[in-house]
Amino acid sequence: MAIMTTPHISADGISRHFGGLVAVDQVDFAVPRGEIRAIIGPNGAGKSTFVGMLCGRIPVSAGRIMFDGKDVTALPAHKRIRQGIAYTFQITSIYGRLSLKDNVRLATSWRWGNDEQAIQNTIEESLEKVGLADRMDQMAGDLSYGHQRLLEIAMGISQHPQLLILDEPTQGLADSEIAGFVKLIRELGGDMTILLIEHNMNVVMDTADQITVLNLGKVLATGTPADIRGNRDVQIAYLGETHA
Amino acid sequence: MELAPYLILGSIEGLVTAAVLALMAVGLSLVFGVMRVVNVAHGEFFMLGAVLAWFVADMIGGHPAISFVAALFIAPVLVGSLAVVADTMILKRIKYDPERTIVATIGLLYIIQQVTLMTYGSNARPVEPPFNQRISIPWFEWTESGLSMYWPWGLGTTTYKLAVIGFAVILLLAIWVLMTRTRIGLIMRATQLDRDVAQAYGINVDRVYALVFGLGAGLAALAAVLIVPIQQAHYLMGHDPLLLSFIVVIIGGLGSLAGTVVAAVLIGLSDGLISVFFTPTLAKIIATLIVTFVLIFRPSGLLGKHNP
Amino acid sequence: MIEKTGMTDARKSLYFHLGLIGALFILQFILPAYHHGNLARIMVLACYAMGYNILFGYTGLLSLGHAMFFAAGMYGMGLPMVHLGWTPEPALISAIVVGVVVSAGIGFLALRTSGVSFMIVTLMFAQAGFLTILYFGEWTRGDEGFVIKQAERVMAGFDLSQPTNRYNAALILFSICLLLTIRLVHSRFGRVMIAIRENEERTHMLGYDVHFHKWMAVIMSGTMAALAGAAYALLFGYAGATFASVQYSIFPLLWVLLGGAGTALGPFIGTLFMFYLIDLSSSFTTAYMLIAGLALVLLTLFLPQGLVGEFRRKVVPWLS
Repeated sequence: MAIMTTPHISADGISRHFGGLVAVDQVDFAVPRGEIRAIIGPNGAGKSTFVGMLCGRIPVSAGRIMFDGKDVTALPAHKRIRQGIAYTFQITSIYGRLSLKDNVRLATSWRWGNDEQAIQNTIEESLEKVGLADRMDQMAGDLSYGHQRLLEIAMGISQHPQLLILDEPTQGLADSEIAGFVKLIRELGGDMTILLIEHNMNVVMDTADQITVLNLGKVLATGTPADIRGNRDVQIAYLGETHA
Repeated sequence: MELAPYLILGSIEGLVTAAVLALMAVGLSLVFGVMRVVNVAHGEFFMLGAVLAWFVADMIGGHPAISFVAALFIAPVLVGSLAVVADTMILKRIKYDPERTIVATIGLLYIIQQVTLMTYGSNARPVEPPFNQRISIPWFEWTESGLSMYWPWGLGTTTYKLAVIGFAVILLLAIWVLMTRTRIGLIMRATQLDRDVAQAYGINVDRVYALVFGLGAGLAALAAVLIVPIQQAHYLMGHDPLLLSFIVVIIGGLGSLAGTVVAAVLIGLSDGLISVFFTPTLAKIIATLIVTFVLIFRPSGLLGKHNP
Repeated sequence: MIEKTGMTDARKSLYFHLGLIGALFILQFILPAYHHGNLARIMVLACYAMGYNILFGYTGLLSLGHAMFFAAGMYGMGLPMVHLGWTPEPALISAIVVGVVVSAGIGFLALRTSGVSFMIVTLMFAQAGFLTILYFGEWTRGDEGFVIKQAERVMAGFDLSQPTNRYNAALILFSICLLLTIRLVHSRFGRVMIAIRENEERTHMLGYDVHFHKWMAVIMSGTMAALAGAAYALLFGYAGATFASVQYSIFPLLWVLLGGAGTALGPFIGTLFMFYLIDLSSSFTTAYMLIAGLALVLLTLFLPQGLVGEFRRKVVPWLS
């Protein structure tokens, strides 16, 4: 049962400097397979930079990243994604001038070779999951902001990733949409490991198995939602700051 | 004769080139810095300055000094106004989209060039300099009787060329004062830093852009008026200076005024000196490739501080 | 269900373009000699524009240095024919090889930059190429250029200086380039190219090697341009430095913008339109570049999608 103890994704002392500024400072991090992990922290804590390094958008200044038992530190982003990491941007990033189905097709088609039927099924299935199947022929740019965010999640799901990284997925969503999103994340949680950067504490508490708190580029605390809620350091650094 | 006197001569010619180039490139750099667009028609604004200087001098006549001074004021103002019109009629409407701006200014380039060809014609015409005394430069050599001074044949320059260098220095200082010490300079720098924030603080960004575009074009025209007594005004004369200013702006670090001036001196001098050693074509090939590789491998310029 | 409409759109588009090729074939029996000759030239130049369109229209990379690729093919064909006495067949292969090598090398370097820097870098490289042609004037004869003799322009038994042969050779080349473009656009590779044009960062983060796709696009685009340059030298018997000048880098941009960037037919329509616009205007002005300049400004202002682009948007959305 050694495999069970190997983390699905882990970071070993990773840092990132921009000029003289240290955005992420020697962070150690490990998430077991199948867990939903929320990453929280005040603005400027280095959350986006941190997950950017995990998925390969941002190169590390130092440290090592392991995914699924392999060292992926030197792999470019597109190769990490083909190994099973899917990533959604903080600012919605879709193809506005293509239809929904073409958006999802681009996300998934490299998985299937020439199996056109499998591609079709995946497109329908993924859009079905986020409730956009009836709009698949529309131009993505014509969707409402909330629907565009859901489309981006559908694109992530369609890749059948082992690890799904969501950077502030609920930002700008209406309350009703957030409820649907929480339900979706819970459903997905069994199939894949999920990293969730999130500001909405209700979403975090409702979905996360574990929470990592970043502050000033360092890990402040890691624990269950209950632990984090009771952690004084976190209250001072983060909750205290935002609710003061 | 030995090589050194040629190098001196090359340096003086180089400094004249550098002076004119610096003015023109600062104009291009200002436009790029504040508006984030590349103005491909910049060379045509330069050409237009020279051609208008000829028209003004031709119309006013009289003593060369009077007509020259008149041209020095009238040509840049006319060219600047034309640029303001182009900005409001074209660039503003395409919302300063970088790629579409390049395409539109290429169109502008052809329009200005061809209209000049149709009105001014294909002749090269000179403008008389306001003053033009020859100055011979002495040289020293060791002879049997010790160190002696002589005037090598062909080693000399003119008062006008020296005046161009001096005038350009004064103008560049004036621009520096304008950008760092005045309110309008502050507004331009604020717009350069963040267009949206500037707008939020009540700055009329449209007007700033039109002003900067006009100022940039006016500087190119001014540079041309200065050079036209040395070179002649011709409808195709904008091409090489445009390329050289690109080179200067890139090496100096896109959008940095101080870097631009330093790079202009560097390029102007090396342009004068390289042509002593190489055929002009080979010199141009080498210079072009060097700049291209700078842009590829040091995108913030040789003199830039950090990579973006 | 989804794919069925996709297939028929692709098929409709294919039939439409095959119809155009048929029409061009028939036109040669109808057109008077003057326009017959023009159309042959337009078809070759349209291949140049189609090559440009692969990079600019479909991949979203604006190059200002494509004359370098056109000239690579033109001199890759012309120089060995004139100086080494090669026949057109090996010379054509040499032109293609030169085209691939030049575009692969330049693409590799230039793609380290993006946006405005990419434009300036390609412009600079093309300028260096142009000056190099002038520098080796002993072989290239510089601006003046050199003529490839009629007797040498015989390929597979056909005298390509003869108008009918020339027209049909141009038509064959045109059809190949057009069908290749359509094939490319509907391929998986072409879809990724378009995705890069639409949103490069997203495409990278969906698992595509964006840099590799862009590099391949430069190579395909540059090689098609080189092929057009080679054909121009062979069919019209002339190679000169003008074809390597900045102006010839601007032309394909102009044609593609006018016809419609990212449409298979746009480059041809743009080239045709511009050719006759200049041809007609040259009867009353020598400053024909004025027309080109005005066209560029008016296009960016009022018709950013181009003629075919507007047509597709309003009438036939299935056109590739």
